[in-house]
Amino acid sequence: MAIHPPEKRVWWNEPIEKDEIIWIVIAFLWGLVMFGAMVYWHIEGRQNLSTQAYRIDPAVFEKRTEAFTKQFKVREEGTTGIPVARPPAGGDVYMLSRLWEWWPVLELEKGRSYRLHLSSLDWQHGFSLQPVNINIQVHPGIEHVITLTPTETGTFSVVCNEFCGIGHHTMVGRIHVVEPGSAAGGKPQ
Amino acid sequence: MAMATAETGVIGGIAARFRICPASGLKIDLAAQRLIKANAVAAIVFLAIGGLFGLMVALTRWQAVHLLPADMFYLVLTAHGLDVLLLWILFFEMAVLYFASAVLLNCRLAAPRIAWLGFVLMLGGGLLTNVTVLQGQSSVMFTSYPPLQAHPNFYLGLILFAVGALLGCLVFLGTLVIAKEEKTYEGSIPLVTFGALTACIIAIFTIASGAIILIPTWLWSIGYISEINTVMYKLVWWAMGHSSQQVNVSAHVAIWYAIIAILLGAKPLSEKVSRTAFFLYILFLQLASAHHLLVEPGVSAEWRVFNTSYFMYMAVLGSMIHGMTVPGAIEAAQRRNGYTRGAFEWLRKAPWGNPAFSGMFLSLVMFGFLGGISGVVLGTEQINIMLHNTLYVPGHFHATVVAGTTLAFMAVTYLLLPLIFQRQVIWPRLAKWQPYLFGIGVAGISLFMMGAGTLGVARRHWDVAFSDATLSFAYPAAAFLMLALNGLSAVMAAIGGALFVVIVVASVLWGKPVDASNIVESLGPMPQRQVGDAVSSYGNAGTWKLPGTYILVSVFFTAFVLYYFVNWKYLSQLWPMG
Ligand code: HEM
Ligand SMILES: [Cu+2]
Ligand SMILES: [Cu+2]
Repeated sequence: MAIHPPEKRVWWNEPIEKDEIIWIVIAFLWGLVMFGAMVYWHIEGRQNLSTQAYRIDPAVFEKRTEAFTKQFKVREEGTTGIPVARPPAGGDVYMLSRLWEWWPVLELEKGRSYRLHLSSLDWQHGFSLQPVNINIQVHPGIEHVITLTPTETGTFSVVCNEFCGIGHHTMVGRIHVVEPGSAAGGKPQ
Repeated sequence: MAMATAETGVIGGIAARFRICPASGLKIDLAAQRLIKANAVAAIVFLAIGGLFGLMVALTRWQAVHLLPADMFYLVLTAHGLDVLLLWILFFEMAVLYFASAVLLNCRLAAPRIAWLGFVLMLGGGLLTNVTVLQGQSSVMFTSYPPLQAHPNFYLGLILFAVGALLGCLVFLGTLVIAKEEKTYEGSIPLVTFGALTACIIAIFTIASGAIILIPTWLWSIGYISEINTVMYKLVWWAMGHSSQQVNVSAHVAIWYAIIAILLGAKPLSEKVSRTAFFLYILFLQLASAHHLLVEPGVSAEWRVFNTSYFMYMAVLGSMIHGMTVPGAIEAAQRRNGYTRGAFEWLRKAPWGNPAFSGMFLSLVMFGFLGGISGVVLGTEQINIMLHNTLYVPGHFHATVVAGTTLAFMAVTYLLLPLIFQRQVIWPRLAKWQPYLFGIGVAGISLFMMGAGTLGVARRHWDVAFSDATLSFAYPAAAFLMLALNGLSAVMAAIGGALFVVIVVASVLWGKPVDASNIVESLGPMPQRQVGDAVSSYGNAGTWKLPGTYILVSVFFTAFVLYYFVNWKYLSQLWPMG
């Protein structure tokens, strides 16, 4: 019994039942399949996390995001008047996180790829794009550059899903996706 | 009273007092017995407190009830994680270590004073951290990711607690050495002790990682260090946090083997296979930290793929092996006991009215089907993008550490009551229902949190309606439904948990004493042996085949493969990114 020492002193020479071996082989092969699936997806799949990341001083990131926003601002939105930036399709876009907002709001074109720069000015935050359900951790001091291609139009929300203090559940940002070529400055929500 | 025989043994110049266990004939060191009791009692007290916090959290997330205000919610959630994941689990594991060494090896416990010192440190540290959290200012969640900072005593308490646990591990190892030197057993250590040894080795690794990260973080909180690298913190913190889940798995798998051995006379199908499966945990556990860095900036893809899979799923292989050998051992034993009809008579005629058995079996099934499958899916590098930090994560680990570990610990407690506390379970008919209530409640919590997570709902989040946000948003209506069902399941789990606590406390205080005359009935209902004791030396030696186990394993495997690929399909529909 399992609560007593093995009955045969030399237990390591006991033969293993065939059916047990079959299961072990199946489980082992399944592990290889699952391992291979991740490698395969890096080659053929279109949803992989970018590994482009740079150390950055939060103050520098803030400046860059402000400059970006100023350059491409098309309107304001929400009760606090958050600027909405509509950058040219295919370019660099910036979104910063701080207690407790995602800033600015972005307006992107469907089917075009953007280089999204994410970083935090203070604590860690969680970029959670809803209802698409893309979730990426955002750290202070690290600029993460993600190439993203929206495939549907509409209004999407960025929720914070890393606990960041008492205002955590009020931290919501926004990304609009519009048809390519539609007029900038579209209807405010 | 309950002492069948008391004797004073003078072994190695040190006096140890023993009693003889009327069930097994083993000598039980009374010092070990006292320590097992103290640790088990402390564990259950923290389970009661932490479980109550869990219920409050679940009732707050149920939007129609929304029990706590935001600041209390985050405070209580921090306390919940600490009290159940650290205190309940680790105190109970200390009891398991002392049981698997001193009791099963028929040996005196090494250095009981050190073990008591460990206990006091764990208790003091646990209380310090709890008090600090309850005072506010330290609602940082049990993970305390910097730059979020808690009061220094929060970290100090955790460090003291870890040092205490380390002492317990050393006492366990010392006892193994003494048992070997004094030849208190023949041949190799029992499989259950081997499982406990696995847990202990991994625990030492995790405590070392904990020290490496918590000591600098504590110094940072009192101002000696100016900055903590946020990614490095996660890497090292989770080398403690995730690897310690492998401690839990080793401990509860060892308990599965122990329970079926005691109740059914089950033997491992093959010592070699089961021990190798434990050994795989030791070899590959330290890689699991990667599970928490899958969507972090600045980590290479190769590193993630290699580590998140524990080097090609070798630790998962270990669990899948136990997932077959444990039901296989039950089936073989039951067939030996005479339940040979069809594929499943062995299972139907199992002692379902014995809470130790039903708890163990529910733990096995839910750990495998809910916890195991969801864990592998969640830990798949790219799929994690859809699930990271959503409620899917707590959904997954309530299936592993609550339905799996906690339920297994509850189950074995029904055997520790007669064997160690020498008390009968006071309300056997109530106890019979307890594992089902708790188990089904927890299955609900796990499934509904996973459901809400699949719909995108964030974990550790007070307001799914975002009523105070400047930009409006709300999760889909189905998510609100999931959270309501989660709340209802939580009520059921809490009732099951409270029942456990009440039954154990009442049994310890007022249960009927156990001695040689009633020890066997005190272990609860057991299958009636229809044939005499079998003489075969392996679980399935000779002509016994295990059709029921093959069917169970095939169903499991099919569910696993389907669910795994369905998630890849979902992923392929996400916005392309790279
Ligand atoms: C009645 C029993 C329990 C209920 C109703 C319950 C419920 C919950 C809920 C609703 C959450 C919060 C999810 C969130 O908002 O992020 C949670 C978190 C958690 N639970 Fe439980 N739970 C129970 C028992 C346990 C047990 C026994 C353990 C460990 C052995 C455990 C470990 C945890 C941990 C580690 C967290 C994460 C805390 C964090 O995110 O910081 N729970 N639980
Ligand atoms: Cu945030
Ligand atoms: Cu947050």
